[in-house]
Amino acid sequence: MPAEPAVPTASLTPRKDAALRAFAGVEAVPGSSKPDPILVADGVTRRFGGLTAVDVGHVEIQRGSITALIGPNGAGKSTFFNLLTGFDTPDDGTWTFNGQSLAGVPSHKVARRGMVRTFQLTKALSRLTVMQNMLLGATGQRGENFWRAILPMTWRKQEQENTARAEELLARFKLDKKRDDFAGTMSGGQRKLLEMARALMVGPEMVMLDEPMAGVNPALTQSLLGHVKALREDGMTVLFVEHDMDMVRDISDWVLVMAQGRVIAEGPPDAIMADEAVIDAYLGGHHDAPLDEAQEQEQLAAAEAELREQEGDR
Amino acid sequence: MDWSLILTNALTAMVGLDTVIFALAAIGLNVHFGYTGLLNFGQAAFLAVAGYGLAISVAEFELPTLVGVAVGLLGAVVLALLLGAPTLRLRADYLAIVTIAAAEIVRLLFRSVSLSEYTGGSDGLGRFAEGFYSINPLGPGEYGLGPLEFDERQTWVLSVGWTLIGLSCLLVFLLMRSPWGRVLKAIREDEDAVRSLGKNVFSYKLQSLVLGGVLGCLAGFMTAWGRAVVQPDNFSTDTTFYAYTIVILGGAARVFGPVVGAAIFWALLSLTDNILTQAKSAGYISDSILTTFQIGQVRIMLVGLGLMALMIFRPQGLFGDRRELALDAR
Repeated sequence: MPAEPAVPTASLTPRKDAALRAFAGVEAVPGSSKPDPILVADGVTRRFGGLTAVDVGHVEIQRGSITALIGPNGAGKSTFFNLLTGFDTPDDGTWTFNGQSLAGVPSHKVARRGMVRTFQLTKALSRLTVMQNMLLGATGQRGENFWRAILPMTWRKQEQENTARAEELLARFKLDKKRDDFAGTMSGGQRKLLEMARALMVGPEMVMLDEPMAGVNPALTQSLLGHVKALREDGMTVLFVEHDMDMVRDISDWVLVMAQGRVIAEGPPDAIMADEAVIDAYLGGHHDAPLDEAQEQEQLAAAEAELREQEGDR
Repeated sequence: MDWSLILTNALTAMVGLDTVIFALAAIGLNVHFGYTGLLNFGQAAFLAVAGYGLAISVAEFELPTLVGVAVGLLGAVVLALLLGAPTLRLRADYLAIVTIAAAEIVRLLFRSVSLSEYTGGSDGLGRFAEGFYSINPLGPGEYGLGPLEFDERQTWVLSVGWTLIGLSCLLVFLLMRSPWGRVLKAIREDEDAVRSLGKNVFSYKLQSLVLGGVLGCLAGFMTAWGRAVVQPDNFSTDTTFYAYTIVILGGAARVFGPVVGAAIFWALLSLTDNILTQAKSAGYISDSILTTFQIGQVRIMLVGLGLMALMIFRPQGLFGDRRELALDAR
């Protein structure tokens, strides 16, 4: 493993470059401070009875970057997501978004402040059409007030503007042909795309993706990856939970690792993949499983040598 | 057998008082259950509060009818807020339990001996409907519509009732094609998704509960005026279950579903009753199979069988879309 991660120049876009430069001077230790954090969490704790599901000391998320949150099953990643977005209430701790405290702020207000999440189990609104799903994401709709709803002339123009914006997004996510289909008729991958597009209708500054690749047909994976990268190019900050290491390596600028509720490591993706603490947390009993081909050959050679030795003993 | 009488009776039932009352109750329930996915099993309570609000104001406190109507409407709004505030943050099934209990509490309160000074106890209240009939513009006589004939009081009640149904349907139609209605339908599908998009789900559910309750309370007024008496047992849980049957029969989340559902429901009850009665008196059915006293129960059984067949062969209801139903099995 090289000490300095080599970045393939082909995929280096201005935003990617900016994000990598921002991380250049950041220490790869849990809780390290970032030059321009959009989200800062301090001492966020969540207990379920005797079990401490989340116990995060200090975490900062750099603005304009793609940060991955990885960790074994039950590490508390999704719970941490729920706490940050107001879908669950922590027992203790503070966290700020753009310098404003989010502690005790209900989930819908978190979204209005610009932090929008998606879900691990996709929540497409099945018996609404794709377009209705999209329009729901638009904020500040006059027609969502009961009294104005009765009078279409008060909201029709805004609805047309929102529809135009939704159509642009649907075209970008290649869902424009599905416009009038029920969302429930779409495949798992298309639902993930719809959920992401719908989140963008809110006009977020930060997008929180909970396992965006789970249950997605491999053919769609590349396109989804492209869309996540495009979020950063549009100036958004992305924090995502993922299990697929190849994806993490491919798109993230920075990686946070959680295990047993704590952040045990953070750093650039390549350094994280080689980190002892991470391998321990992830692989546990299968500690000696090969990580790459060279290591596999090495282990194979060692095993063969051992066998020859045993034969020689006879 | 007099088939023309049987059909005339069925047609009369289709536009009659029961259809009006249950169409209005079901329109309100459709807002709760069909559009928002709220399992309100206490719709009867909204009818009761409205009926008694009107009756007590007019009969006991001698207030004008319009004030009685205002009291009834206010009662429905307060009941919706009382029911919703503590329960709408919980899961859907809690609302079902709380609402069915609340409806029984309301009915038993109106039935209780200690309040009978105001409510008339189990006998209920009368002598409050004259204000309503005194503004009837129709002179005495029979008014007909094709083969149907009603006296001036019935015609007045039914005209007001069907006007209210028309206005309620228009209101539901306008609301449900607006962004406001879109939020309600989205809440029915998945409220966490709606929350994540910045909508105050609790507020919308409460608005839905109030709207459906107020529409249901119109059914309470029609019960009170149509029967010229309010009795606690008019507002038992059966009322809610009939309203649910009607919503599902017509097709949930359809503007005219509850109206058509109510008309067909009462027409079916009338048809089975009249056919059995006439077949009995013509001697087609012997006493060993069915006695005259059993007809009342058997007709409900037959209608129940018919509804079961409908649910098996057309689970989406008359107006529903089967494609939508298939999406439930996500």
